[in-house]
Parts: sequence; C-alpha cells; structure tokens
Amino acid sequence: MLGAMAAPVLAGATPSQRPVVMGFLYNGPKNDLGYNQSHADGRNMLRALPWVRAFDEASVPETVAAEESMRDMVHQDGAAAVFATSFGYFDPFTIDIARENPAVQFFHCGGLYIENKHPKNIGIYFGFIDEVEYLSGMLAGLSTRTGKLGFVAAKPIPQVLRNINSFTLGARTVNPHVTTKVVFTGDWVLPVREAEASSSLADQGYDVLTGHTGSPRVIVQMAERRGVFACGYQFDQSSMAPRGFLTGAQWAWGTVYVRIAEMIREGKSVTDGTIPRRLTGTLKDQFCKLSPYGASVTPQSRDRIAAAKAAILDGSLEIYRGPVRDNRGNIQVPAGKVLKIVDVELDKMDYLVEGVDGSANG
Amino acid sequence: MTRRTQSILVPLGAIASGMLVFGVFVAMLGVNPFEVYGSIWKAAYGSWYSWQNTLVRASPLLLCGLCTSMPARAGIIVIGNEGALVAGGLGAIGAGLSTASSPPLVSLACMALAAMLSGGVWIAMSVALQHYRGVSAVISGLLLNYLAIALMNQLIEGPMRDPSSLNTPATYPLSADHRLGFFSGTHVHVGLLFGLVACLIAWFLVDWTTFGFALKVSGGNVRAARLVGLPVGRLVVMAGFLGGACAGLAGMIEVAAVHGRANESLNAGYGYTGVLVAFLSRQSAVGIIVVSLLVGGLLASSGMLQRAHELPDAAITVLQGILFLFILLSDTVYSRWKFTGGRASAVAA
Repeated sequence: MLGAMAAPVLAGATPSQRPVVMGFLYNGPKNDLGYNQSHADGRNMLRALPWVRAFDEASVPETVAAEESMRDMVHQDGAAAVFATSFGYFDPFTIDIARENPAVQFFHCGGLYIENKHPKNIGIYFGFIDEVEYLSGMLAGLSTRTGKLGFVAAKPIPQVLRNINSFTLGARTVNPHVTTKVVFTGDWVLPVREAEASSSLADQGYDVLTGHTGSPRVIVQMAERRGVFACGYQFDQSSMAPRGFLTGAQWAWGTVYVRIAEMIREGKSVTDGTIPRRLTGTLKDQFCKLSPYGASVTPQSRDRIAAAKAAILDGSLEIYRGPVRDNRGNIQVPAGKVLKIVDVELDKMDYLVEGVDGSANG
Repeated sequence: MTRRTQSILVPLGAIASGMLVFGVFVAMLGVNPFEVYGSIWKAAYGSWYSWQNTLVRASPLLLCGLCTSMPARAGIIVIGNEGALVAGGLGAIGAGLSTASSPPLVSLACMALAAMLSGGVWIAMSVALQHYRGVSAVISGLLLNYLAIALMNQLIEGPMRDPSSLNTPATYPLSADHRLGFFSGTHVHVGLLFGLVACLIAWFLVDWTTFGFALKVSGGNVRAARLVGLPVGRLVVMAGFLGGACAGLAGMIEVAAVHGRANESLNAGYGYTGVLVAFLSRQSAVGIIVVSLLVGGLLASSGMLQRAHELPDAAITVLQGILFLFILLSDTVYSRWKFTGGRASAVAA
C-alpha cells in the first residue's frame, strides 16, 4: 500500500511533472480596463491550474527593455514559455530573443510571422473579435435614435479597420440607414484626445460611441457624461457607464493561455509544430466574448442579439459575406464570397465599408 | 568621528533607513519585506547573469552621477541630467548617421564627441544662467529637461524619423558595425568602461589638480575665490560643461550600445537617477562607482519584484524616492555632527 502511494510521488519528480513556467509582459498597467488588463485577466485564469507557475511584468516599453525583460524571465525564472502581448514587442525584440533562446517557446499576440525568416520557436495567437464587434454594432444600430454612431480609433491599421467595418456591418443589418463616423487620434493611449473626440461626437448628435484604443474607458466614460450610449472594447467597461452602457467586444485570453499551458504540459511545442504556429479562434472558440448588457438594453434587443449570436455560433451567419462595398463605392468582397478567419485578406484590410464616414488613411 | 567615516556612515544609514521604510510599504501591500530584500539581492547580485544586468544599468548611472557631482564641487546644484543625456543621445545619433560611411572607430569617436559637446553645452547653459544671471540652475535644469525631451520627440517623429518605425517612432538605426560592442560572452556593453574611466578622471581632476582645487575654492566661497584671483565664472561653467559632457556620453552609450537608434526610451530616467547617485555618493567620483553598482542593482531588480511578488511596476521608483528623501534628511544630520566632530573635519578639510 505504502509502496503504491510512493510510486506517484516518485513519478512527480520526473521532468514532465515540474511546473509549467510561463512569463507575461504587458505594455501598460495591469488595471487599464483595456487591452493590458484583458491579458492580465487571462493570465490570472492560470491560477486555477496548480501545475502552472505564471508571472508577469507590466508597463514594459516596446524597446530593448522588452528584450531584457524576456531574457530575465528565461534566465532568472526558468520560463518555458514567454508571452509578449503587445504588438510592438515582435520586431525585432521577440525575434532576437527567440533566436538567442531556441529551447524556449515565445508566443506573440497578433504578430506578422514570416515563415523561414523568423525563428521556429515563435508562435502567434489572436482572435476573430470581428464577430463580437458585429454583434456590438447590431445592438448599437438597435439603440441609436439619430442613426449616427461615433467610433474613436487609434490608428488606421488593419486590426482597427476590421473592427470599424464589422461594427458598421452589424449595425446596418438592423438599420440600413445607420452611419459610423470615425475619428483617429493617432496613438493607442491618448486619453485627453479620446475624451475631446468623444465629446465632440456627442455634440454633433452621435448617440452611440465606441472605439478602438488601448482602453476605450475614457470614451465610455465621456459617453455616459454626455448622456449617450456606449459600447466597450478590449475589456468589460460596463462599470464606467452604469446608465448608457450597451455591450462591448472583449477578449478572453484566458482560453488561449490555459490551452497553451495544457499543450506545453503534454510536451508539445510550437518549435516542432505540435502547437500551431498561428493559434486563432472565434467567438465559438471563446477567444473573445460579448460584455454583459447594460441596464438600458431592452429585452427585444437582447433577443435579437442572442439570435444573431446563435447564428454565428452554428455557422449560419458569416459576417464578411459579399457583396461588401467600401465607402468609395468599390466592391471589396464580391457577391457569393465569404471572408473567414483564416483568410489572410482580412489581415491586409485597407478600406472602410459603405456607411462609414471617414478615411482609411487616417 | 572623522569626516571620511562620516561620509560613509551617514549615506549607509540613510540607505538602511530607506530600505526599512520601503519594507513597511511592501508589508502594507501584503508582501513579506525580507523576501523582497532577498529578491532584490538575487536579481541584482545573485548570479553572474544578474551582475551583468546590474552593470548594464550602472553604466549610464556612473556618467549621469558625474553630471551632478562635478558642478556640485563648484557649488552649483544641477539636476538637468536627463536633458543632457537626451541631448547627448540626439547629438550622437546625428553624428553617427552622418558618418555612416566612415570607418566604425571614426564614426564612434564622432558620436562620442558630438554627444559630449551637446550634453556639455546643455548643462553649461543652465550653470551660466545661474552664475551670470542669477537664475537657479535647479529650476533651469529641470525646465531644460522638458525642452530636451520635447526636442527629441519632435526630431524622432519628424525630420529624423525612420518611416519603417511604425509602432515606436525612432530614428534610422546605426549599422551593426557602427555600434559599441559587448564584452565577449556577456550582455554587458563596453560603454561601462567609459563610465569607469570618466569617474577616475573626474576623481583625479577634482582631488589632484589645481583646477580641482580652484573648483572647490569657488564652490566653498565665491568671494574668497575672487579675492585670490580665480576666474570663478569660467571655472563654474567649465565644471558644468564637464558634468554635462558625461551625461551626454551616457546618451551616446544608450544610442550606440543599447538601442542602436534614438527613440523615446532615451528618456528612461537614468538622468534623474543620476542625481540620486551623486547625492548618495556625497559628490565623490569614486563614491559614484560604488553607488552606481548599488542603484544599478535596484533598477535591475524591478522586473523580479513584479514577477516574484506581484509588486506594482512602480515599486522600485517608490524605493528610489524614499532613498532620496532620506539622503536629503541625512544632510541635516551631517551638519549637526560637524559640531561634535568639528576638529577632525577642520583638519581633514
């Protein structure tokens, strides 16, 4: 009996049973109610797994400091996997450090990995949050009285344009007359400019505001102050607008982190291809989710969104279904064609769809 | 108690008290302070790897410490180190990019000269303002910091910007062979040598030459200095220039060894921390070497405190602030002790 009990204890000393050590670095504070918090929140999900040892560093700038931080995680903490969550960490910092430490796996959020050029021990993960933006846009379309939606965005890069477009496509399915006005601020964290842009949009009669910045909390807050509706992004911002919050598209990185942790525990690795080089997921894969509805959302609206969500989950509703026109009248997705998560065309999106008032050049 | 023992014991006491108060702060966050001290030790000096981290951070501190300590000998408090470092970094990248076709050594020498000149002029300006126009160098230096940072942002987002630096605006990079290298088998760059040599030169200059003596006389009593015919104005501005040149050189090292280009990370706070280093070392050039290793170690442990104890990323900044307060406080202790140990200090002086 004792011998039988001792056996697993001894087995516990084998390498595969050692804790999986995972390090995370974020570009900003862990409590920004936005992108960084969404990652920190995902990392916190790992606390439920006793065989994982996860740690993080916040406010690591996108400079050599990121490289130093990752190197420390490898050398001082023995990290088996390092997660570089900010876009600017990728080139050259993650690439260099991955080359320097071929036995460690590096995972980067949303980077543009080039086969045969970048080291094999880098994996990329991202989510198809466009689907959630679409639902959020539908609710905005159902809620607006003026038919004018305001979108405060950081930079006109494909990720942002995709969100503006899916939000607008969703809104126009419930009300074809809805338009979305885009204001670009120029950078990810510019709270003052975000607040000014939001306030000015409210002045002009835009009665649902949303955005894509590091954390749209300021946009949501300003919408509440000006008495208009708000949709969040990145993380749950409902606490910022108890009256006017509708919903929002938010990340669920915990799903990704837990899944990668499990794969590493099973001895899999991105280097030999047993962990996919590109790990992306949809609403159905729970890589992202809809924020809880605000108090002002009517039961009828909730039902419509629930129905659309069910259609996305069962695959009958595909958000980028042709014909999709851009706002200069050109056909971008021909009739009969559907853009799916795997289509690289999406990663290169450089137009704004019909119904968006703004320019894809910023 | 001799002056020498005092000048070692008082800063040590201040550091110990600072660490103690930091311990209370940490305990309030629910973390065991002794484990935190242990982690600082581990991350700063616990292994050769950690030592390398410490040395990399000590290197700009050596030079930035001199930026305050040189003019301090001439009786002027300079805290514009950050501005001088940034100005030096900009001078260095300007020189480096325009000599890109020259042999690496020539290019690096140009970078160092340009950096020292920019940093030197930067601090000499604020020192001259104080000496000739009565504008406090503390205030002007502080304001010039903002000016330098604004100038840098303007340059790296405008005329000097590399269009391919989409995420973090930066200048064009230096080519790999026009950068400062590393000591073989380490990630410590040779810029460390610049700092060490500069400290030794400063020590020799201040303690063993007539220039240094004249500097100390001017710093001690301007009227007496004038009476014996010392060119006080020139001396003081020169001290400012030399200090600024050191901080400028730190900027060159950040550009040529660490980043390979100039971007906003030039403004990483080494200049401000240099002020702390200078005060902790009581403006002694040799003291700066010891204190830089100490403070460099603290900076190197910042990540570890987050990773091992979930402390906020500002924890090390808080510790630096506490240390600085205690160093300023300890200055009052100093002058009090002088009365009791007055004879000894008078003899030593």
